Amino acid sequence: MAKMTLEELRKLRDQKKSDIQKRDIEGKDTQIIIGMGTCGIAAGAKGVLDTFLSELDARQLANVSVTQTGCMGLCYVEPTVEVISPNMPPVIYGKVDAAVAKKIVDEHVIGNKMVSDHVFDRPSADIIQDGGK
Amino acid sequence: MHATVSDFVSDIVQNSIESGASQIGVSIAEDRDELVVTVSDNGKGMSEEVLQRVSDPFHTEAGKHDNRKVGLGIPFLIQAVEAVGGQFSIETEVGRGTTVLFSFMTNHIDCPPLGSIVMAIVSMLAFDGPYQMIVTRSKEHEHGTSEYEIDRHELLEVLGDFSLSGNLQLLKTYVDSQESALHEQGI
Repeated sequence: MAKMTLEELRKLRDQKKSDIQKRDIEGKDTQIIIGMGTCGIAAGAKGVLDTFLSELDARQLANVSVTQTGCMGLCYVEPTVEVISPNMPPVIYGKVDAAVAKKIVDEHVIGNKMVSDHVFDRPSADIIQDGGK
Repeated sequence: MHATVSDFVSDIVQNSIESGASQIGVSIAEDRDELVVTVSDNGKGMSEEVLQRVSDPFHTEAGKHDNRKVGLGIPFLIQAVEAVGGQFSIETEVGRGTTVLFSFMTNHIDCPPLGSIVMAIVSMLAFDGPYQMIVTRSKEHEHGTSEYEIDRHELLEVLGDFSLSGNLQLLKTYVDSQESALHEQGI
């Protein structure tokens, strides 16, 4: 891979911005927050961040907010990821690896359905049982 | 315990971000048998009393985590560098900032794998906040040393916002190209 200059990066950014404006973006206003405390890092949170970026890019979802935070207090189920989507209850997923991250993008961000096996906090049990619908 | 050297780097840099620093410098220098990391910030620094307890896993800074009684980042790091003959030091002053230096002997049989330096750099650049961060990365080759420098404010000016997935992906592509070129220059 050739070493990219800031000018080349700016051109890529402008191209992407133009692509975004041409499409009605699915997943807009969705927030994905990844726990990046010592516990999260030790459990592989950086790989999870990497997978989210790759999966969102593969599905051309450029407008999803992806941010990092410290420990969410659920060290026993790291890596943890909070997802806040319009018309869905906020949810914290635990034990998230690359495969689960892909499921979260497919089922939660795009399909508006929770990945119930990995829900560890926020929605009450009766909400989880029917997949968050 | 962290699985890779990059994880240790991420963890220590996050301390600087959480300390409220506005200026953070990160140097990751690799020669044939040693990787030396220096993280300097102008955050709130530590008192002598706190400094003496940073290696205690059952101590964490009051107020940082309300219900938690452990702080494992630095104890993990000290244990890991000692296991591979590396070094660890902290210089700090209340109100002035902190400099943490540590190294891993990469040819030691127990040295953890390097891991993804690219994702470590992307992650440390992408935390929320106005902080400036300069990352200097170098690698010694048979015929010299290659290096690159990343300026967070410059990249923010180009990309606009690190919280959007599309921009983060571009940031990753950019850092990846710098890191790939660093390795190719040694071939």
